[in-house]
Amino acid sequence: MPTASALAQPAVAVKIGSGAWRRFCRHRLALFGVAAILLMVLASIVGPSLIPFDSLKIDIRHRFAPPPFEGHLFGTDQLGRDLLVRLLMAGRISLSIGFAAMTVSTAFGTLIGVAAGYYGGAVRVALMRFVDAMLCFPQIFLLLVLAAFIQPNVVTLTLIIAASSWMEVARVVEGQVRSLRERDFILAAEMLGASGRYVMFRELLPNAIGPIIVAATLTVARAILLEAYVSFLGYGIQPPMASWGNMLNNAQQYLGSAPWLAIFPGLMITLAVSSFNFVGDGLRDALDARFDLN
Amino acid sequence: MQGTLGPVGFAMPAAAHAATETVLDVQDLSVTFATENGPLVAVREVSFDLRAGETLALVGESGSGKSVTSLAIMRLTPSASRVKVSGSVQFTDGEGRKRDLLQLDLDAMRRVRGNEISMIFQEPMTSLNPVHRIGDQIAEAVTFHQRVSARAALVRAAELLDQVGISDARRRLSAYPHQLSGGMRQRVMIAMALACNPRVLIADEPTTALDVTVQAQILELLKELQTATGMAVIFVTHNLGVVAEIADRVMVMYAGAIVERGDVVPVMTRPLMPYTQGLLHSVPRLDPDAPGREPLEAIPGNVPDPLQPPPGCAFAPRCRHVEPACEAAVPVLEQADDGRQVRCRRWRAIDEAQR
Repeated sequence: MPTASALAQPAVAVKIGSGAWRRFCRHRLALFGVAAILLMVLASIVGPSLIPFDSLKIDIRHRFAPPPFEGHLFGTDQLGRDLLVRLLMAGRISLSIGFAAMTVSTAFGTLIGVAAGYYGGAVRVALMRFVDAMLCFPQIFLLLVLAAFIQPNVVTLTLIIAASSWMEVARVVEGQVRSLRERDFILAAEMLGASGRYVMFRELLPNAIGPIIVAATLTVARAILLEAYVSFLGYGIQPPMASWGNMLNNAQQYLGSAPWLAIFPGLMITLAVSSFNFVGDGLRDALDARFDLN
Repeated sequence: MQGTLGPVGFAMPAAAHAATETVLDVQDLSVTFATENGPLVAVREVSFDLRAGETLALVGESGSGKSVTSLAIMRLTPSASRVKVSGSVQFTDGEGRKRDLLQLDLDAMRRVRGNEISMIFQEPMTSLNPVHRIGDQIAEAVTFHQRVSARAALVRAAELLDQVGISDARRRLSAYPHQLSGGMRQRVMIAMALACNPRVLIADEPTTALDVTVQAQILELLKELQTATGMAVIFVTHNLGVVAEIADRVMVMYAGAIVERGDVVPVMTRPLMPYTQGLLHSVPRLDPDAPGREPLEAIPGNVPDPLQPPPGCAFAPRCRHVEPACEAAVPVLEQADDGRQVRCRRWRAIDEAQR
């Protein structure tokens, strides 16, 4: 009986059983992703204070020291700054922007999606066409245009990235809510006198949480990538502050003579983005009870 | 905070004379859906009244408009823009105030739902939210209409679970719907519907999805609760055995209109409308010693296409007693004996022939 009814449930319900956790643990790459993310976050937070170099301290005598060199584990850059500590400081910026942009865009996208899915009719048409319109802009150009007008710093960059990546969450949530809206328990809640706000946020939203989490995870990956793009093109985080993107930008001119300047930030971006994507995939499978059939 | 909750358990009926008081007076209720192929009349000028404490059975086959009627009373017909509801539904509340539910604004209607009129549905499996504990779901049903603390609402939820016959109620509060059987879930639904002591309970085929022994338990429970609270029940069903068991009065619907109405005993023992007769004859009987053991009768044909209803009596195409006049004009609901009403031109002749 419990298994039969568990299968009858939609791809939702994080709380239901430990099945989701078990399915997630079977996903090796997702576990690797979680470990890598935790490691990166931890290293970015505590790492810089453990390393005896300052990320901004210029040391002309040790420019372009190849790794490993006298305590500079990852070598130094064109101004003799320690690359490892710069990578970690850049990690703080890039990861913060990733998480913050994800939070803002997920919250906004969810709000739009729930409203569109719940009210339907003209509200849905207006909101979802707005989503479509936003999706029509090539994201990079939108970002560059906005960044050219706005003084780029961590906060504005976060908001700009969030503004260009909430649409997918909105679409996912709208679809979920629209189908959940027709379920009996929503009618039952309305029959009991539940208000629209209650139905939206207490009845519908918890049932759509699975897809939202998945979309949010993938959004972090995309936000990190976008920040790297923009900073690489010089419109994002400004030197001397480090971000993975502007470190790559710096490294361009020394690609032949000091390849490690490009390799390490590149690796960090790759690691971060693919880790979040792995976790997203793992969550997608874990939160979808249908995978239990296999 | 607890004080506002009222006495433990359900309020007792106000007085014995309340039994004759009309709580719901439905006049000319029609529901029309706008479809791509033109208007679809799902409910056609249905009028009836419901008295305090009684059980009115609404009988008909699938598509006869019985569920739409109950949803229209609750103003829960899907997507309001494409549905036209006309007529009036006069509801008399505990203080004797009369209001037309169809004229109320949405906020006022929300205060009626679950509070004065409640409803339970056919599918207990899907009527509970899978991600919330049942205790929280019942407690929410209390807090929609009563200003009580979350703790007091949970206490009330435990009481309600106890009243609907769920043992170990306190522990069950933290169960999720998928941990309960169908019968248990229907009990939880009933507890939610009764959380605010409604005057009217609309039960839309509440036992159809349950197995037979559980059906009997749920019917028994509903009867007990009705005796305890004095609420009126509209019982929507296609199961005539259930009707005989619990109803005081019966209303038979066919193609969106009432075709026969009256007290349960005369309607079930001597049905006048050929459709009601057909329904009763198509119920399988279990006694093996019954004389003859005739094969089960079925009503030939199907329910008419609601987009193109027949010009005359809606049942005429399937009726054994049909004559040309039946197909000319829609018959009116005539007053028959035993205080009954029947929508058939020929009921006298048919009744005569069958005596």
